[in-house]
Amino acid sequence: MSEGLLSVRQLVKSFGALRATDGIDLEVIEGETHAVIGPNGAGKTTFISQLSGNLRPDGGRIRFAGDDVTALPAPRRARKGLARSFQITSIYKDFSALHNVALAVQAHAGHSFRFWRDARRDEALVGPARQVLEDVGLKDKMHVLAGNLAHGEQRQLEVAMVLATRPRLMLLDEPMAGMGIEESQRMIEFLSALKRRHTMVLVEHDMDAVFRLADRISVLVYGRIIATGTPEEIRANQEVRAAYLGEEAG
Amino acid sequence: MKSRLVLWTLAAVALAALPPVALALGEPFYVDLVRRIMILAIAAASLNLILGYGGLISFGHAAYLGIGAYAVGILAFYGFTNGWLQWAVAILASAVAALAIGAVSIRTSGIYFIMITLAFSQMLYYLGVSLEVYGGDDGMRLKARSQLGIVDLNDPVQFYYVTLVLMLLAVFLIYRIVNSRFGMVLRATKSNEPRSRAIGFAPYPYRLAAFVIAGALCGLAGALYGNHTNYITPSFMSWHQSGELMFMVILGGMASTAGPVLGAFAYLLLEEILEGWTEHWQVILGPLLVLSVIFFRRGLAGIFYKPDA
Amino acid sequence: MTAILVFEQLLNGLQYGVMLFLMAAGLTLVFGIMNLVNLAHGSLYMVGAYLAVAAIEWTGSYPLGVLLALLGTLVVGMLTEVVALRTLYERDHLDQVLATFGLILFFNELIAIVFGRTALYTSLPEWLQGHIELIPGSIYPVYRAAIILVGVAVAIGLWYVVSRTRLGMLIRAGATNRTMVAALGINIRLLYTLVFGFGAALAGLAGLMAGPIYAVQPGMGELILIQVFVVIVIGGIGSIRGAFAGALIVGIVDTLGRAFLKPVLSHIISPPAAEAAGPALASMLIYLLMAIVLAVRPSGLFPAARH
Repeated sequence: MSEGLLSVRQLVKSFGALRATDGIDLEVIEGETHAVIGPNGAGKTTFISQLSGNLRPDGGRIRFAGDDVTALPAPRRARKGLARSFQITSIYKDFSALHNVALAVQAHAGHSFRFWRDARRDEALVGPARQVLEDVGLKDKMHVLAGNLAHGEQRQLEVAMVLATRPRLMLLDEPMAGMGIEESQRMIEFLSALKRRHTMVLVEHDMDAVFRLADRISVLVYGRIIATGTPEEIRANQEVRAAYLGEEAG
Repeated sequence: MKSRLVLWTLAAVALAALPPVALALGEPFYVDLVRRIMILAIAAASLNLILGYGGLISFGHAAYLGIGAYAVGILAFYGFTNGWLQWAVAILASAVAALAIGAVSIRTSGIYFIMITLAFSQMLYYLGVSLEVYGGDDGMRLKARSQLGIVDLNDPVQFYYVTLVLMLLAVFLIYRIVNSRFGMVLRATKSNEPRSRAIGFAPYPYRLAAFVIAGALCGLAGALYGNHTNYITPSFMSWHQSGELMFMVILGGMASTAGPVLGAFAYLLLEEILEGWTEHWQVILGPLLVLSVIFFRRGLAGIFYKPDA
Repeated sequence: MTAILVFEQLLNGLQYGVMLFLMAAGLTLVFGIMNLVNLAHGSLYMVGAYLAVAAIEWTGSYPLGVLLALLGTLVVGMLTEVVALRTLYERDHLDQVLATFGLILFFNELIAIVFGRTALYTSLPEWLQGHIELIPGSIYPVYRAAIILVGVAVAIGLWYVVSRTRLGMLIRAGATNRTMVAALGINIRLLYTLVFGFGAALAGLAGLMAGPIYAVQPGMGELILIQVFVVIVIGGIGSIRGAFAGALIVGIVDTLGRAFLKPVLSHIISPPAAEAAGPALASMLIYLLMAIVLAVRPSGLFPAARH
């Protein structure tokens, strides 16, 4: 089998006596939306953090677009096209929504050792940022301070910032965390529209979202992947039902 | 935005008008006083770049004030009184020192960074004290003021205007920097470091560059300061001086262009007034500073306009 | 440069290191438990030294004077904590740095008002004067030896309290889980005040011991404080073990450097150059050491576990 866009082999991470990541193998094919689900405490965020470079694995290797990125620090991975959103909203609270996204655009517009031109009025940065905000549906909140946005809007802003970096692969850590039903629906529709043009790894609890968006699902329990397959395969898998889905309502 | 330009113009005009007014009133002392304040305002503005905008709590910034002053003093000692040369050396030496200190310190963060920057500046202080040939602890007289050719620094008023122009230029330069792409990265990294790394900014090179720029600018302030005091001592680099610079930045309002200038004026004028009351003025200033930190952190610039977004 | 001379300087380094440890222990305890960076720690050192001078003169008795000075510093420390520092626990480090900087100015000037600015020199009681023969051929001042003993005793006592007693457990628990400890009905505020007072007493002890050897003058606290910072950076923040290791290293390196760098250098480069470079390099030595340690171990040698 040829290597996927993201290829994880025998990833291991321990915190003291706790093996948070216990030998994970995963292939993410270019163009697919791959969901990672699992009960609380399964180690999902730890896993995503190792993929994005925020955490150093103890063992195993990660390959992205053919290159070994296991030891590459987070900023370098981001510039290679591996972008991440955070489960707990992490935006620039004292910048406007527009400038939040403009910064993401700037991060991928070459080096930033430019000391004179006013970046706030730089069309090369602000133009694309405006466009992304429009796509995400935050156009009328452009000039609002990010800290003053509603929670759901902040989650949208998180995704907007990931998009603005023109990623090859998006790591979305519970994009719908803390959202109400209506907001979640809108987010699911939005992510659905992104599916065609982007490769996504999606960590989510919301089963509705997972089954609607995912092409394939991997189930993470106690730091190990116990099953990978299409939504139908996973739904039918006995082990998965016992370990996870069986504990959830429907 | 327009209103800020108006305020700055008014301030510049007021400052430019001071010497003739002061001299007409027979009070040349004020020319000296405001000149000193403006020099330290340049130093405070340079600190604001890394502290206010960058979030780097550097407690050793006075080191560069000292390096700049000593560059002028030492060169003059050996007969090199060309101001252009001296000031270029002052800026360069400070930049190199900032590069060396920053390269080590910026790898750390939080409380470590505070202590390390303080320790390095103290190291330079002790270096100054141990160099007997340049006066050691007592310091040395400046042999002659920097010769600039087009102006004469021995004339208090000409020196004043040179300082005023340099202060306005420094403030303007920092204003451009903090709003440029470089400045945006610096401010973003201060606002949310994990987010910055996640979108692809590695903080270290930008912080180091800002540290060097701030050091170089403070070195220029040091060159001016040595000329102003005519006497160069290691105390220019003391932790006390660093603390004073920090207070100027905070009192004025961090992350604002006018903040450091307002802060320098407020702090030094307050010192001046208290010194007039009692020789033990620090016993009053100390608690005042403590109270200002506890109750009044937004700074003076917050009164005039909202801080830069 | 004989072996005996080296030995004596080693002991001096040990003595200085022990004093650094007393300061570092208090500072790192307060930082580790209350997350408070306290620049005014040096002021408590100074207060201890001055109170000792005053108390010994007033009572005419050395032991009584020392005791009063210790108690006095404890009281001053706790008062300062209650009046000025309590509000700072919630604030960020920048605020704490600035506020405690203001406290330094206040204390230095207050001491100058009460005692004047000229350096005071204290004398020692008979039984602490003189020398003893530690190894054949080498005599060492009794007082300095006493300082080493006191310091080591305090180190052992501290280690015992923090790792073997309930109080120590409380202190460590307070660091890692404030709400939990508070829920157990233990008065966190009182605990913090006591911890701070204890740190102050340690600083005061260092100060009163320093009196007879170093000059007692306003600002003396800041000179040693910055070296204490170097100790903490090298040893690792929040750990007593780190404070001890760092203090000994800094004390010994600094003392040996000042004593021997110039003679050693004059063998390598010309004596006049060594005359100038020697003292300059010696004073920079511990900072260079700090830079090297940081390059290799950014968190210090024995950092406490992160909470």
